[in-house]
Amino acid sequence: MSEAVSPANPLRLGLLGSPNCGKTTLFNGLTGLRARVGNYPGVTVERREGALRHARRSAVVIDLPGTYSLEPLSPDEAVVRRVLSGELSTRPDALVVVADACTLERSLLLLAQVLREGLPTCLVLTMTDELAARGGHIDLPHLERALGIPVLGVVGHRGLGLDALRSLLAAPERWTRPHLLPPADAQARAGWAASVLDHVLHRRPHTSRLTEAVDRVVLHPLAGSALFALVMVLFFQLIFAWATPAMNAIDEFVAYAADAAHAALPAGVLADFVAEGLFAGVGAVVIFVPQIALLFGVLYLLEDVGYMARAAFVVDRLMGRIGLEGRSFVSLLSSYACAVPGIMATRTIPAPRDRLVTILVAPLMTCSARLPVYALLIGAFVPAAAIGPFGLQGLVLLGLYLTGSLSALAVAAVLKRTLLRGEGLPFYMELPPYRMPTFRLWGTQVWGSVRAFLRRAGTIILAVSIVLWVLLNVPRVEAPPGASAAEARRHALEHSLAGTAGHAIEPLIAPLGFDWKIGVGLLSSLAAREVIVSTLAQIYAATDEESSLRQAIRADIDPRTGQRVFTPATVAALLVFFVFALQCLSTIAVMRRETNSWRWPAFAFGYLLAIAWLASFGAHELVSHWT
Amino acid sequence: MKTDFNSGARLSLDRLAPGDAGVVTHVEAHDGIGRRLLDLGFIPGTPVRVVRRAPLGDPVAFELRGSRICLRRSEAARIFVEFARAAEDAS
Repeated sequence: MSEAVSPANPLRLGLLGSPNCGKTTLFNGLTGLRARVGNYPGVTVERREGALRHARRSAVVIDLPGTYSLEPLSPDEAVVRRVLSGELSTRPDALVVVADACTLERSLLLLAQVLREGLPTCLVLTMTDELAARGGHIDLPHLERALGIPVLGVVGHRGLGLDALRSLLAAPERWTRPHLLPPADAQARAGWAASVLDHVLHRRPHTSRLTEAVDRVVLHPLAGSALFALVMVLFFQLIFAWATPAMNAIDEFVAYAADAAHAALPAGVLADFVAEGLFAGVGAVVIFVPQIALLFGVLYLLEDVGYMARAAFVVDRLMGRIGLEGRSFVSLLSSYACAVPGIMATRTIPAPRDRLVTILVAPLMTCSARLPVYALLIGAFVPAAAIGPFGLQGLVLLGLYLTGSLSALAVAAVLKRTLLRGEGLPFYMELPPYRMPTFRLWGTQVWGSVRAFLRRAGTIILAVSIVLWVLLNVPRVEAPPGASAAEARRHALEHSLAGTAGHAIEPLIAPLGFDWKIGVGLLSSLAAREVIVSTLAQIYAATDEESSLRQAIRADIDPRTGQRVFTPATVAALLVFFVFALQCLSTIAVMRRETNSWRWPAFAFGYLLAIAWLASFGAHELVSHWT
Repeated sequence: MKTDFNSGARLSLDRLAPGDAGVVTHVEAHDGIGRRLLDLGFIPGTPVRVVRRAPLGDPVAFELRGSRICLRRSEAARIFVEFARAAEDAS
């Protein structure tokens, strides 16, 4: 029991409550910005702990996942129960149940279950300002007597009542305990909650007039659908286009820093490694920060205001057709910019199976890294002809986007009916009242997401980038005398480990019409899809990526056959390959982080590679027949 | 879309129109999903009001116990209510 707590073992306080109850705001208020974020073993649930600030006694606050019930329907939900029983970590010494004062009626049902756990428990009512504004009144001293446990009201976002809460939290052994435990049966529990409320709820809060008025527009069949489309277009625009200047700036800065480092170091392997391996690796990580910060900035803002739930409400019917739910939509949409933030956005999906399916199909949405590859191939090989009012090149690009998106939906539907079948969780979601977001909480959440990405995915991305550099540069073979710098580079690449591997995988990719040069490009594009462009540029000893590389690949003749390497069939196969294949270690790293295992990234890589190969083969055969 | 049931008629929640109200009489809670509906507050004796349907007709938002919860119609069909009041004609 709690008497055993010594100064060496800080007090452990579990923070518990239903979604939208203000638990996160309270957690941030109690712990500041110093939360430790991790995962519970074996599940995708995030684990957040932080030291209680300004407390008389050292204590750790554990932010338990939001839940409406202690009776779990999935392994992820079982986390709360397993923490309470001490199975996942040291058992908490005391529990703090957080409840929205405006929905106390429902929160009492959860409190009843928690009280039966037998740990010292207190109740914190949040949003007491909103309760008063909506004309409600709860008699807190009376509630304390009726429940038999300490009760405190706070206004989390203004920090009101936090000092009183801190002193309360310092001494859980002095908390009063209920004389009688609430009943276990659901029906009897409702009766218990009703009898408690009868004593303490003097005035019920009226429904928020603002929320009612805004919802009439936001959820209107026509206006609501139009607004939804507008918000999504702006959202897409934001992460797709408006992040680009910042990403370009980072790109240029990293290139500049790499050049400077290269110049400062004595010429040789070390200088090359630092400039091309290390700096490029760091750049590959940092380049995502603007997108992730923007995405989460908007996502959390929409969430805090209360629009996210409405958006999911509007679009749920469409997503339901393929077995997913409204909240998957936002994640898939973000993946058009980049699967990395898209996969991180799946955290808003409560059903673990839906979340996993969304993660597994997110890489099929055409991300911005595919654009340079498409641009190169379409620009070089698709004639700039017009079909009616449409340009042929644009139509091909549109076709690639559509193929990716439709495949994502199809694969999701198949996965939900086969591998990840099962009843799982019902769809339920609360429509919270609209609220003004608090800047501080918002900033904390956005920074937390960026930091988590840098720490957990960034390290993997950096490590693999370095390994790839080694493969592309070792062993170092001297070029024949008299070769130009570009030819020397090409010679070195062909004899590097990656070049050897490119030759080695030729039999596997020959049916697709690819030769060893494309093979090396594909291997290097495992780091990131657009890398194939710069790798091909090195192999073809092109001086600049845009125009001369286009000409070089158009003119390339296979010495064995005397035929062009890039036939229409090969180009079609390569384009199709890029639609499907998961060539992006950042995505793989983030999948590993979000699913907490290597199993699902491995599965995604495997199934996407299989589809890519088969579809590529099909495209190659089809186009060969026609031309 | 106006429903026309006599007060006291028993029907599943998915058959109510926006604005209609009723009191929960029974929930098919033989499995986890049903028990979760109870945990969300759909307990016999609870007054429920249909707030609105999503633009495409599904899911549906309900008001109960001071909060608004959306359910798909397939899940709302497991909840039975005693019809109390039809939507006011104004809405």
